[in-house]
Amino acid sequence: MTTTTTATTAATATGATAATTPLAATVENPQVRRRRRLSPGKRLPATRFLGPALLLALWAAASAAGQLDPGAIPAPWTVLETGVHLWTDGTLPTDILTSLQRAGSGFAIGLTAGIALALAAGLSRTGEALIDGSVQLNRAIPTLGLIPLFILWLGIGETFKVAIIAIVVYIPIYLNTHAALSGIDSRFVELAEVQGLSRYAFIRRIVIPGALPGFFVGLRLGVTGSWLGLVVLEQINATSGLGYMMFQAQNYGQTDVILVGLVVYGIFGLISDSAVRLIERRVLSWRRTLSS
Amino acid sequence: MAPHAEQLTRPAVQLRGLTRSFDGRTVLDGIDLDLPAGQFTALLGHSGSGKSTLLRAVAGLDHEVAGSGQLTAPSRVSVVFQDSRLLPWQRVLDNVLLGLDGKEAEQRGRAALAEVGLAGRERAWPNELSGGEAQRAALARSLVREPELLLADEPFGALDALTRIRMHTLLRELWERHRPSVLLVTHDVDEAIVLADRVLVLDEGRIGLDLTIDRPHPRSYRDPLLGEYRERLLTALGVTEHHDHHGTDASDGSDDHHTHSRHHEHAEDPK
Repeated sequence: MTTTTTATTAATATGATAATTPLAATVENPQVRRRRRLSPGKRLPATRFLGPALLLALWAAASAAGQLDPGAIPAPWTVLETGVHLWTDGTLPTDILTSLQRAGSGFAIGLTAGIALALAAGLSRTGEALIDGSVQLNRAIPTLGLIPLFILWLGIGETFKVAIIAIVVYIPIYLNTHAALSGIDSRFVELAEVQGLSRYAFIRRIVIPGALPGFFVGLRLGVTGSWLGLVVLEQINATSGLGYMMFQAQNYGQTDVILVGLVVYGIFGLISDSAVRLIERRVLSWRRTLSS
Repeated sequence: MAPHAEQLTRPAVQLRGLTRSFDGRTVLDGIDLDLPAGQFTALLGHSGSGKSTLLRAVAGLDHEVAGSGQLTAPSRVSVVFQDSRLLPWQRVLDNVLLGLDGKEAEQRGRAALAEVGLAGRERAWPNELSGGEAQRAALARSLVREPELLLADEPFGALDALTRIRMHTLLRELWERHRPSVLLVTHDVDEAIVLADRVLVLDEGRIGLDLTIDRPHPRSYRDPLLGEYRERLLTALGVTEHHDHHGTDASDGSDDHHTHSRHHEHAEDPK
């Protein structure tokens, strides 16, 4: 019985052309069976879009069949139409620009502050004593809880919005960069001393590259945080921007406008995250050799 | 270049009453030692005997260690560690050039890589190198600086036996070409005998034995005349022989012994 099974497996393995091969019959020792694969196997390209596409198709089908209340969930084409309409009459571009400016300046300030503080705290004991504790304290307070105080301090204009976004951004960047800096292998520090590196060369060739993986983790969290902060700020206290547009739409029961706003937020989030990931893959190309 | 005789008169490294202690435990106890310029010296000792402490003191890497005594060492010192310590985010050539700059440095870096047999691997990432190749790159990094003193802290301890033998030949060749003073810290008696012209045994914080090995190079592990040195060193290290000298097969006995001492050393090594 075993001989017949080995013969058939050998025949199927070698293919139809070699079906009559006498080799299979002469095999004496039991054939090595392939182990059952437990991993999910190779990933097919672009299959990750399959789920979202299916959801979109379902949404369209249900709308077309009249199964959805257009007041609660308008049809995809209605959303698209509204989007085009808002774009052509100029409200959408203005709102997007305002929002991008807020998120952009807040992000830039937060990024700079996060890196500068992390370097100062990571490279000197004085810096660590002064900075680290304060940032940890700052982290313990939910940043959005600072909104009332910041409105009183900075007024309800742009400054306070940018300030809140900057805080939301700098915290994860600081935390992850600082952790990566303090986690730099002391053996590399020793190496730098042996090789007679100057302080500047030490920072440039060991500290910064060593801290980059941690920094990128912080950067991605910071990018997500900047959008999150933006949405909250614009929906509470704003007279312009995407969040304001959606807030107004809520008052007038315009679900399609709200959905347009959400789509734009989603696109922003996707683009910025992919951008960070792309940069990360470029900069940390030395790591790829590990995973491949 | 200075004449040979003059070179040997001025020691490259001079230690006078060098003492180092950790938490009140004296690791180096008033060591006096001269290493002549251009000499290949090996430093043997049990783990915990203070040989790494001595090396780190000479390298100037013991910032936080309490100690006293006088120490003079050349300004151009290179260190080879047990791990290759290549920066994973820099390509091999950039690793070799760490701490050097200038156009002419790159030429020297390439030449150093070629010298250790890594020509063509300049653009490789350290992760792509085998253990032996990584250690070769580390050797190139230490040589490119034309050191007057080369300190090596068990540089071949993490390599497999075959690679280690090849690295021994390479290190000796490099030494003959560049003639730095070498202080090789090792726990491998055979490594010390095959490579060094002088072997020191560190015992309880002092130099317990200072042995000049007067045999021509290249030396073979099988050289029976080296057996005498081995025996003296093992005795100084406190390894006693269990087998009978008048046994039927002397070479068999010494081999047996040899593996014994190795196992013993490796088992005690905390790394």
